[in-house]
Amino acid sequence: MNVLVLMKMVPDIVEELEIGADGRSLDLDAVRPIVSERDDHALEQALLLKERAGATVTVVALEAPEVDEVLFTALAKGADRAVKLTGVEPAPPTAAAAAVLAAVLPKVPNLMPVDLVLAGCQAIDDLDGVLAPSLAERLGVPYLGIVTGITVEAAGAGGTASVLKEFAGGTRGRYTVCLPAVLGVQAAEKPPRYVPVAKVRAAMKARTLEEIPAGDGGAAQLVEVAAMTKPEAAGKAEMLEGDPGAVAAKLVEILAARGLA
Amino acid sequence: MTGNVWVLAEHWRGRLSDLTLEALALGRELASGFGSPLEAVLLGGPALATGLGAADKVLSVDHPSLAEPNPEAYCRALAALIKARQPAVVLVPLSNVSADVIGLLPARLGAALLNFCRDARVVDGKLEARCLLYGGKLETTVTVAAAPALVGLLPGSRPAAATGGSPAVEAVTADLPAEGRVRFEEYLDPAPGDVDVTQQAVLVSVGRGIQTQDNIALAEDLAAALGGVVSASRPVIDQGWLPLTRQVGKSGATVKPKLYFAAGISGAPEHVEGMKGAELIIAVNTDPGAPIFGVAHYGIVADALEVLPALTDAVKARKG
Repeated sequence: MNVLVLMKMVPDIVEELEIGADGRSLDLDAVRPIVSERDDHALEQALLLKERAGATVTVVALEAPEVDEVLFTALAKGADRAVKLTGVEPAPPTAAAAAVLAAVLPKVPNLMPVDLVLAGCQAIDDLDGVLAPSLAERLGVPYLGIVTGITVEAAGAGGTASVLKEFAGGTRGRYTVCLPAVLGVQAAEKPPRYVPVAKVRAAMKARTLEEIPAGDGGAAQLVEVAAMTKPEAAGKAEMLEGDPGAVAAKLVEILAARGLA
Repeated sequence: MTGNVWVLAEHWRGRLSDLTLEALALGRELASGFGSPLEAVLLGGPALATGLGAADKVLSVDHPSLAEPNPEAYCRALAALIKARQPAVVLVPLSNVSADVIGLLPARLGAALLNFCRDARVVDGKLEARCLLYGGKLETTVTVAAAPALVGLLPGSRPAAATGGSPAVEAVTADLPAEGRVRFEEYLDPAPGDVDVTQQAVLVSVGRGIQTQDNIALAEDLAAALGGVVSASRPVIDQGWLPLTRQVGKSGATVKPKLYFAAGISGAPEHVEGMKGAELIIAVNTDPGAPIFGVAHYGIVADALEVLPALTDAVKARKG
């Protein structure tokens, strides 16, 4: 079974985000790039499938700052191949990225056809498109998103997977999906595994990234960003200041006034 | 940009979503802006058309494969209808029921997507939307000139439209295969057993800022002192630190406690959706720009790991 995992870099939103000089985009110099959280879950799910039933897991990412470490980390965790698509910096918007991937994936040696493509079901910068379903459409294969569990019943042509999709209140739906398919992962069946830095360093020495040049995919830009701002809060919180002890004292007063403490 | 304004009427387990009614309220404004009718598109669930009186008309598409949420069937039915009738705007509620179709449609139709939309209006005959990116930390103002504009709508854009009235209903046939490539099989409901976070007066909720599983004990201590329980945002659940039953937000529970204490939760739209109705919201986060401070009543820019034990001590001291 061949499983392809798409990984993309996004800004770490734990850091404060700054708006660029053009007033329409993120200040990329002030950003710490990390792998999109859901993509990390997609990788974990692929590795779980490999452990359960055997699979060749290939991770693919567009060239971006810090992406090499992400790809080597995937190899250290157990991925079999890591492919970096070059010539696409700065990163295209999501809709265009899907077009780039659809155009270049067939050109990667010994990759297609795959049984499953896994990626995060959403990323925090998916303004003009969502990568996994966009790619499914371009590849002409079925898609199911917000996935939290996958069991491959039969791989190859005519194969199927039993897939869990999350709804609300802890309820999930079970679906049968014909393969090949693209699945948008919300959360893997287990938390993403930890890999020690030493193992990543070892992967950097012993393994190589396959670098494949990518074209622009030819997607039209349909959405124009006029401005980027920090959102206005509808109702702003009253901010309490002071050391933890002083803040705690104020909070207790507030809680006591409402009969909560 | 001309054409009608559409709202995808989202329903699950026999009930229209609140977000659908919010979308109809926003859709009415956009329809006025374009000087065109507002139509609701109902995929499956034909009996629910009576709840869509806020629209001028309901386009009701029924087929066995539309009975339960199915992105492939939804996309195929909706794409065919959009091609045939060419609406200006299609508002799609961004929930787990219809989020998949908002990902598929733009590529299927070669149309523009405006995702994570919190507000929209018509300016000079064009659609202008305000969309929240980066977990709600930044907002973009985006415009699109070519129809159809597909809009993934976040909760909270407008108060829900009224459900009264009796809209005209047009039944539309869909060309769908009897058996698609994505087939719904069954629902799996969570096993009861753990606490029900929707029934608690006090929730001490932890997010990414709690940093480690061991630190959750700090929240447990405060919850115990206040007579509540611990809940969490998505990242904590995904780490396996707390069970799925404790999750608050889009995929988890919608809660309305007397106190919601958000410790190290940034306040992404998916989370805020589940807790904004709490009577009192207190948020602690190290980032002064965290969107949680936009929904909280009281905010503290600090490390939750320091505030939690201090508050626990203060509550215990008061109670003696």
